[in-house]
Order: sequence, then structure tokens, then C-alpha cells
Amino acid sequence: MNGRFDRKQGKKAPGISTASLPDIVFMLLFFFMVATVMRDSEALVQTNIPKASELTKLEKKEWVATINIGPPVPSYQAIKGTAPVLQFNDKFGTVDEVVEFVENERLQREPRIRPYISYALKVDKDVKMGIVSDVKQELRRANALKLTYLATAGTEDYR
Amino acid sequence: MRKKNRETPEVNGSSTADIAFLLLIFFLMVTTIESNEGIPRKLPPLPENPDEIIESKLHKRNVFEIRVNSSDQLLVEGEYASVADLRRLTKEFILNYRRNPNLSDDPQVAVVSIKNDRGTSYKTYIGIQNELAAAYNEIRDSEARARFGNVMDEITEDQQNEVKDKFPMKVSEAEPENIGGSK
Repeated sequence: MNGRFDRKQGKKAPGISTASLPDIVFMLLFFFMVATVMRDSEALVQTNIPKASELTKLEKKEWVATINIGPPVPSYQAIKGTAPVLQFNDKFGTVDEVVEFVENERLQREPRIRPYISYALKVDKDVKMGIVSDVKQELRRANALKLTYLATAGTEDYR
Repeated sequence: MRKKNRETPEVNGSSTADIAFLLLIFFLMVTTIESNEGIPRKLPPLPENPDEIIESKLHKRNVFEIRVNSSDQLLVEGEYASVADLRRLTKEFILNYRRNPNLSDDPQVAVVSIKNDRGTSYKTYIGIQNELAAAYNEIRDSEARARFGNVMDEITEDQQNEVKDKFPMKVSEAEPENIGGSK
């Protein structure tokens, strides 16, 4: 009898079909393509931003200029120390250079959108307010009054 | 003689997985799922006359005073408090409507004043800003629900502005010159 169940003993098990592998990989690929924000500048300072619950999404990315404040990354600590410093785009800066940075950011953009530029402060949560206050004061001097304190969703633990 | 409708041979698709993997790895490497959310604030323009202090025009009961020292300890209206209490205290202050003589007359005139030390940590500062925002958001949401039957995010912009006008968020931060190291 040639029933479908009495197969030969030595027959190989069929290989697992990999036909769906490309589909799975493409799915992951699309996820990362959508979620990706191209890294536009190398991080020179560590910015472990605080968690907060009342967050607002930033408007158009082209309208935002970011100022990073935090301790330098380990590879720069030998020359920069561990005290918090500023980073504009891809270079270190000081509080005195904030006004200049604001002017540059304005000039880089079309006149039409200049009034709408907002400044995102990406500040490490362990930084002291002294340097942040100084930066805020400089932003006021530069008449750059729209700012956002960047934070991630979540809740911080306060004693 | 060949058949007319002979099938074209299929393209071998076994390498699509490899190509997709390559791209996937590229995107994995360049990805930083960057945070583009935050707490928006408006800075006040620099005072033309440095001696001009707006707060002196306000009645003391309408100012909700928050002080933070360099050890991240809070003094709210003269009493020790923690960031976790701030939301409740702020709501009490705003929605007082003349009941408690130490708290605000009316949400229209209520002002929150923050004075922080240079040694205060940024985390605590953001915590305070967040709790204040949360207090106002909760008040506005309940007002929106009472008047328009929905939370702030779900009502029209005109309605949102109406609610915001009723509960304006006025946060004043001390001029940094004023925070001395003493006391």
C-alpha cells in the first residue's frame, strides 16, 4: 500500500522555508527608516536629559537650533575636563559665544522663518542651574526668547 | 517550435534578504531615536530699566513663591515641600478664589515665581517646571471638560484659547542677579 504516512526511513527532513525572511527583514528595515533621525552632529558632551510628563512636540525641525550642555564625552575629558560645557552644532562653545551662535543660526535661515526659530536646550540632568541661567541670560540678550527644555517621556524620582 | 505563452523565468529572490539586511544594519548604525519633545517656555525680554521689578506691583497673596536651594530643597510659600507636592499646592493656589487669605484672589492674577540657586540641579528645575505645567494642564482640562465636554487636545483652537485666557500661566523667574549666595 502506498499510503502517505509510510515514508522511507532515510528520507531527509524538509528544510525550513526562508521565503518569509526578506519580509521580516524589510519590516524591521522600514521601522528603522521611519524612526531614524540622521545624526547631524557628533555628540561632544554627554546629555542625559531629564524625564518629564508634560511634553510638547517640537515644531518643524528646521526651525529649531539646539544648544547642548553637559560634561564632555570621555574622549575629550583629558583636554576639556569634566565640568559641564556647551556644544553648538559640532563644536565646543562658551557662554560668551551664545549671542554669536544665535546670530549665525538666524543668518543660516531664510528671513521668512527667522522670527520663528526656537532654541532647544538639551541639558544633562545633573548639570547645575548656574550655567543654564547664564545661557538663558545670553539668549535674552540676543533676543532669542523661544526656548524648549528637551526632555523624554517618563517620571523622575524625587526623594 | 516553441510554445507562444511560455513563462518567463522567475528572478531569483534569494538575495533580497541580504540586501535588506545590509540596509537594515546601515539604518541601525545611524539611528539615534532622538528626543524632539520638551517643555516650551518663553523668556521675558531683558528689562530696559534694570531697577524695574514687576513683582513689587503685585499683591503678595497672588504670588506663589517657590525657592530652591543648592541642595535641591524646595521652599514653597515659606514652607518646606517636595517636587511631588508641587502640583497639588499649585492647584490649590490657583483655584483659591479668595477663600484662603494667603492664596490667590483669582486665576487671572495668580503668578508663580521661581527663584533657584546657581547650584540647583537641572533635574529639579525641570521637575518644578513640569509640575507647574501639569497643574495648569489639569486645571485647563477640567475647565475644558466642564465647558466644552472634552479635554484640551480635543477642542477647537478658539475654545482652547478661551480656556487659556481664563487660566493664564504666568511664571516669573527671578533675574539671576538677584540670587545671591547669602541666606
